[in-house]
Amino acid sequence: MNPANRAKTLRIDRIACTGQGLCGELLPELIDLDEWGYPIVKDRSVPDHLRAHARRAAAACPLLALHLDADRT
Amino acid sequence: MTTTLALTGSPLWYASRAGGTLALVLLTATVVLGIASGGRVVPRRIGRFEIGLLHRNLSLLTLVFLGMHVVTAVLDPFVRLSWAVSVVPFGASYRPLWLGLGTAALDLLLAVLVTSALRHRLGVRSWKAVHWLAYAAWPLALFHSAGTGTDTRLPLQLWLYAACLATVIAAVWWRLAKAGPGHVAGRLTAAVAATAVPVVLTAFLAAGPLQPGWSQRAALTPVVLIGGGR
Repeated sequence: MNPANRAKTLRIDRIACTGQGLCGELLPELIDLDEWGYPIVKDRSVPDHLRAHARRAAAACPLLALHLDADRT
Repeated sequence: MTTTLALTGSPLWYASRAGGTLALVLLTATVVLGIASGGRVVPRRIGRFEIGLLHRNLSLLTLVFLGMHVVTAVLDPFVRLSWAVSVVPFGASYRPLWLGLGTAALDLLLAVLVTSALRHRLGVRSWKAVHWLAYAAWPLALFHSAGTGTDTRLPLQLWLYAACLATVIAAVWWRLAKAGPGHVAGRLTAAVAATAVPVVLTAFLAAGPLQPGWSQRAALTPVVLIGGGR
């Protein structure tokens, strides 16, 4: 199957993340922010209808710490 | 002979001046947003992602007007520039040094554009390293405007340069004031640059473009300054 169509999961690079909080603003359905602005992922797997939003959140991260991985299966 | 007067006021020349001025204003806004969003301060009425998107969109708009500025300047028959001048700095037949600063700024911004587009492949370190070049591109653009801008002597244009300068300097000081501890070397460099650029620009304007006979001197300076350039 084309990797672009596979299910996607969120991955946060905890070492790169500095808690800017843009991902939580753009994808509140899947990402909460703690009191310092660091993301808490509620659900790692991205439903199809949120895929574009997840991509936008990953693109917005100024530290490039939010990744959208294609599932291997 | 009859063409000279007509071409001085050619629409391309007006378009180039307008495009350059707008590009400077937009670049200033982009740089200010970049400086403001880099710190840890959380805006109250607007999302952080909105500042990030505005920064990106204004930067792309800057490049649109910059493209218009360069294309119309090259097409304008009065100064006779070659296309190579738009990417190779300091080789122009017309005011080589002052035009070259603009070319250098364009090259830096193109590097920033390409690396930003590829940032997910490059990784954050390389992308950020190149992104810092934008801080060099902005003063280059400002000195290019002051040194070869047709409108530099107009009071309104001088006020515009002053406003651009003041906004960026204010943003730098605001960021430094809000910053936490650490990064002493980088912050000292920023503070020194923020102090030096207005002083040097004011001295340059007073000694150069605002004095009579600048157009002759602007055409000559590279021979003196770069040592035997064409």
